[in-house]
Amino acid sequence: MTATTELTSVNPAAQGQPIIRLTNVTKRFGGLTAVSDVSMEIYPGEVVALAGDNGAGKSTLIKMISGVYKPDEGHIYLADREITMASPMEARSLGIETIYQDLALCENLDATVNIFLGREPMKRMFGVFKQVDRRHMLTESKTVLDRLDITIPNLRRPIRQMSGGQRQAVAIARAVYWNAKLVIMDEPTAALGVPEQRKVHELVKTLKSQRVPVIIISHNLQDIFAVADRIIVMRRGQKVGDVMASEVDGDDLVGLMVGAGEA
Amino acid sequence: MSENTRASGQGRSVLDFVGAFWAWIFLLLLVMIFAIANPVFLSPFNLQNILANMAILTIIALGQTFVIISGGIDLSAGWVMGMVSVVAALTINTMPPGAPLWIVLTVALLIGAVAALIAGLVNGLLIARLNVPPFIATLGMFGIARGVAFLLSGGMPIPVRTEGLGRVGNGYLFYFHPTAGWSFLTPPVGLAQADMRQLMGVIPNAVIFMLILLFVAHIVLSRSRFGLHTYAVGGNKEAALRAGIPVSRTLIAVYMTSAMCAAFAGVLYGTRFTNGAANAGEALLLDSIAAVVIGGASLFGGAGSVIGTLIGALIIAVLSNGLVILNINPFWQFIAVGVVIIIAVLIDQARERLIRA
Repeated sequence: MTATTELTSVNPAAQGQPIIRLTNVTKRFGGLTAVSDVSMEIYPGEVVALAGDNGAGKSTLIKMISGVYKPDEGHIYLADREITMASPMEARSLGIETIYQDLALCENLDATVNIFLGREPMKRMFGVFKQVDRRHMLTESKTVLDRLDITIPNLRRPIRQMSGGQRQAVAIARAVYWNAKLVIMDEPTAALGVPEQRKVHELVKTLKSQRVPVIIISHNLQDIFAVADRIIVMRRGQKVGDVMASEVDGDDLVGLMVGAGEA
Repeated sequence: MSENTRASGQGRSVLDFVGAFWAWIFLLLLVMIFAIANPVFLSPFNLQNILANMAILTIIALGQTFVIISGGIDLSAGWVMGMVSVVAALTINTMPPGAPLWIVLTVALLIGAVAALIAGLVNGLLIARLNVPPFIATLGMFGIARGVAFLLSGGMPIPVRTEGLGRVGNGYLFYFHPTAGWSFLTPPVGLAQADMRQLMGVIPNAVIFMLILLFVAHIVLSRSRFGLHTYAVGGNKEAALRAGIPVSRTLIAVYMTSAMCAAFAGVLYGTRFTNGAANAGEALLLDSIAAVVIGGASLFGGAGSVIGTLIGALIIAVLSNGLVILNINPFWQFIAVGVVIIIAVLIDQARERLIRA
């Protein structure tokens, strides 16, 4: 394999302490090296797009950050403290929230329950029986949705009856409510119509304005240029580009992704 | 989408209403038809009879409600109930003759519950930990519980002769007699045989027992964390896992809940029929699933309620009672319940299409 000719540019957000830092992370599956020696940093208030062709190692890289896989080599630091996560739940408890492409919502339940799923607030009934505190869930859900400037007319309707954009908004609200230090979004606009894609872009910008860094995995160049400050490009498990979105165009990016210009 | 819902207007909201409440409407129609055809149907005696006779079915269906909401099915519930009735009968018959009735019943319930909970635990472990499809796991337990019940009973019903046992299952909370007045739990003493004909029971014990279990099941399902998790697991197991819900533990608890309900039903059977019979619940399994489905639960999981199941059980009970009162061959009941199940599923599918449209 040829030596990596990594394209980099200066990141103006790179001041102070990164929220998350990966150093020389490698992950192998049998004989296949899915991610090879990748280092990166994410700073507060940054939106970083993770671009790359299918099989480039984007998902594997993300899954190491979200606790699904353990890296074979290398280290992950959250605010300067090394973390080793045994499960996605542990990553969540550390403040790393991942929004998967399928959103992982229970469509038969309403938005408020979904926001609190697995971490339901309880209150005592008659002093003994512990019951789910639905009123608390409703008021807290309203607060977090307001904070994100999301309007969902009836929070008691099951997710099944909501539009794709509203579902995405609920998934984001769930991540944000639990004081995410880092939000990872996997193909957030893949299944959405154009107006809803725009709504998701606005949501990402809202998160950014609240200093929550976001990593977006995307195939969609429009997505990337609409929201990303910085673009990390993966190819065959290696990081081949780490550039400011303002300094490149779509052709540059595609070139990096497919390896054009390589001898 | 919400705009579309509003735009299509009145016709749709009527459809929505019918879709959501058809079971109530159907129950009301049944009651009206039977009441007009034969006024005896509406007599207090007959109404109490319907409620007392549906108690065992309703209790099994309560457990089935949890299972079906979680996205599974419990085919073993009927035979587990029969097994419990046999175990309870054997237990009662080994107790010393003079033992107080409440102790006898408590011990019988405890030992019956242990037998049932073992079955429920095995169902749950197979389904939650070993990923055996619920249909297969509980079909296996169907056979096992059936075999155990017949082996224990030797193939014959086991009569129980404990004094007063039958009055627990068939008695009433209050008794009223025109001359002797009201009495609590036991009929007034010293009534001549001829006077007994005027004695009236008010509120069957079986109904009280059913109502208590209905209330507990309703609270657990609609208010507890376990109830919420049951809906979540049935709605989207993968999402529930990722949200950190203990999916395996929830599923195991669901199948143990169903087994426990079967145990309550088995002991109630023992007190109503004063025997333990392996096949006590044989006919109830399909009716219990029917009650849950008629009550609006989806066999794909994630939907259903205790109130719905109660309505479903009421429809089945009213149908069977009404057909008898109208002197129609009771075998028609099977056909009627079968038709109602199919209608329930068709209506559910139509609603689903409406919602998604």
